[in-house]
Amino acid sequence: MPLNPALRDAMLAAVPSLRAFAISLSGNIDRADDLVQETLLRAIANIDSFQPGTNMSAWMFTILRNLFRSEYRKRRREVEDTDGSYAESLKSHPEQNSRLEFQEFRTALSKLPPDQREALILVGASGFSYEEAAAICDCAVGTIKSRVNRARTRLADLLSIEGSEDFGPDQSTRAILAAGGRG
Amino acid sequence: MQMDMNQRKPRGRLGRDVQSKIGQQLRAMYDNVLSEGVPDRFNDMLRQLDERKEADQDKGTA
Repeated sequence: MPLNPALRDAMLAAVPSLRAFAISLSGNIDRADDLVQETLLRAIANIDSFQPGTNMSAWMFTILRNLFRSEYRKRRREVEDTDGSYAESLKSHPEQNSRLEFQEFRTALSKLPPDQREALILVGASGFSYEEAAAICDCAVGTIKSRVNRARTRLADLLSIEGSEDFGPDQSTRAILAAGGRG
Repeated sequence: MQMDMNQRKPRGRLGRDVQSKIGQQLRAMYDNVLSEGVPDRFNDMLRQLDERKEADQDKGTA
């Protein structure tokens, strides 16, 4: 039977957010799109286990996350493309961030342990509550909270930000000075 | 004489400004992707699946 149009629309509506999540997890836009495609196929194949009235987006995030985890375990020993292809694929970026700052952020994010990274993204960017993120990651709410806190602390550490004044345009000035100083 | 409150930072706790900067960067990265919408490949894939299922159904009930 063809997919119920309402369910199909709900699935498609979740795609942009699923892609953003997948890119944040994998750091690679091609892998991310493959993950989203696989997620859609699994969601369609298992649509009977979706409970009507519950959050379709959260359900699909759970599928994608599980797919990524099993793939990650397989690829563990391969070299991760952490700051390469996705950073390069970014042609535009929000005006408020300098390009360098944005890339530094992406690189720092890629250095977080996967547990912390996914928790931070789900809560800090995808807009899920701690409870929803805990359901997606199949863990306790307290665990999500502590992962998010550790992720923030580690990011601040990696980016050496102690206050907002350290996170402005000075970042690029400092990089130029550092590059010049060593040259 | 007044103490400079900014000089002492509680350990293990991030200031609000740092948290908001991190949040800003996260959402900027995310919004960048969201603004691309749904790529054609996903719309096409769902349409093809529907067409195939309809064709299967026609055959099945014949």
